[in-house]
Amino acid sequence: MKALRDILAFLVGDPQADRVVPPTGFTAQLTLFSAAAMAFLASFALALSTSTGRLADRWSSELAQSLTVRISAPEDQLAIQTQAAMGVLQTTPGIQSARALSIEEQAALLAPWFGSSVPIENLPIPQLIDVIEDGSALNVASLRLRLQAEAPGAIVDDHARWRQPLIRAAGRLRGLSWLSLLLITGTMAAMITLAANAALSANRQVIEVLRQVGAVDSYIAQAFVRRFTLRALSGAAIGAICGMIAIALLPSTNAVGGFLTDLGFRGAGWLVPASIPFLAAVVAFVATRLAALRTLRTMA
Amino acid sequence: MIELDKIAYSYGGGELLSDISLTLQPGSFHFLTGPSGAGKTTFLKLIYGELLATAGQVRISGMDTRAMTRDQIARVRRHIGVVPQQTQFLDHLRVADNIALPLMVSGRDGGGAQTDLDQLLGWVGLTSQKEQFPPQLSGGERQRAALARAVIMSPDVILADEPTGNIDWEMSQRILKLLVELNKMGKTVMIATHDLALIRAAKSQVQARVLRITGRRLQLAGADL
Ligand SMILES: Nc1ncnc2c1ncn2[C@@H]1O[C@H](COP(=O)(O)OP(=O)(O)OP(=O)(O)O)[C@@H](O)[C@H]1O
Ligand SMILES: [Mg+2]
Repeated sequence: MKALRDILAFLVGDPQADRVVPPTGFTAQLTLFSAAAMAFLASFALALSTSTGRLADRWSSELAQSLTVRISAPEDQLAIQTQAAMGVLQTTPGIQSARALSIEEQAALLAPWFGSSVPIENLPIPQLIDVIEDGSALNVASLRLRLQAEAPGAIVDDHARWRQPLIRAAGRLRGLSWLSLLLITGTMAAMITLAANAALSANRQVIEVLRQVGAVDSYIAQAFVRRFTLRALSGAAIGAICGMIAIALLPSTNAVGGFLTDLGFRGAGWLVPASIPFLAAVVAFVATRLAALRTLRTMA
Repeated sequence: MIELDKIAYSYGGGELLSDISLTLQPGSFHFLTGPSGAGKTTFLKLIYGELLATAGQVRISGMDTRAMTRDQIARVRRHIGVVPQQTQFLDHLRVADNIALPLMVSGRDGGGAQTDLDQLLGWVGLTSQKEQFPPQLSGGERQRAALARAVIMSPDVILADEPTGNIDWEMSQRILKLLVELNKMGKTVMIATHDLALIRAAKSQVQARVLRITGRRLQLAGADL
């Protein structure tokens, strides 16, 4: 917070402060370009992180609360076993409700595979029971054992088989995108430090003159810091805006709702990538200040 | 007040200056002479804290320069105007901005400074060069610009190293007159120079002490000057 106030004081403060350092066209453009590139990458890393976070949350909340019991049995036993399974389910603690799907509902689930014209009532398809947990600890293993006794054709599908690795993968992806953000920030700091050091040694004589006329270290440092902070801010603004436009323009096919097409920000979430330029400015401010004060100490 | 207490200096080899003591009383006027290479420039650098004595003490307002931080020395410079022998400027700023640089770095870039600046430019004869850049100036113009820069903060002490080295007699007289004027306002002035004619001219205007560096020591020069 204090850093941010200092930066604001700089940007609106003494606009003359960096005049004492000669302009350097090429270095300035390189810094601008690198800041823009880093901000562009950062906006994608952020998008990845928010999207995977959103996805993992949805998967775990939706899927963790439900499971399916599938009963495969000869036609004459199906109704009896279904009945028995329902009995077990209704007396199992941790289950809010259990409901056997109707023929029509099962037909609708199968329609994408068989088409709606296939008369599935004539096919030996398993009966599905939709189970909703009440959130308290449901012991799936003991449920399996009880079902096996009462309805041998019942199979409990708690989605865990495929849910767990997916959630883990989403979490891992999220971790990786945070790591990328850290690396991008670190690279940005390193790059600004290198550029600032180069600028400081290129301006050795300027620094000598400034000291001769009574400039203290913090004044000299400020001239460089202001330069680099402004460059990082404007470069990162360009990069972040380009990144946000690119993300906004990703083809959206929400109907399918796949992971790739879900990449992006929603509503106030757009403020996160919009803050990248300010983060870049803070990084540049700190990096340049440290570099400048360190170099000035050695230029005794 | 600046006091030198038994100071010595060496650049690494043998001692260039030894056992020199001197007190620069406020309002005094000194000339510093001596053969080329005797150590006049070195001596001035010791006085303004650019170099630190290898023995003895230099005290500015009672403070030992060796105990001062870089920033403290920088602040002291605001009260000591220096005209270096090798003038250096910020080549990307105009002459007028270079002269006003001490005001800028000390945060005194006020509106009142503008009239001072114009007056000063007139005094050193650089009014028509003020929009130029330092590399466009002649040697003498650079020295005059450096003098203007040294006095713009109205410092208590003015140290000028060969301020008339590249300057014709008439302009030298004007610069001398400016320094004498500043001295009459109470400023301490020390001028390092080979120019005996300048010293003689000054003696009719101001009570000046003439110091001479010979054989590593500082001596009061005789009345023969
Ligand atoms: N940075 C330095 N390193 C080593 N020796 C130096 C350095 N600066 C000056 N000297 C030497 O110290 C001696 C005194 O130099 P200084 O510049 O003080 O002389 P000066 O009296 O000002 O001479 P001039 O009248 O020519 O300006 C010279 O012999 C010079 O070679
Ligand atoms: Mg000299």
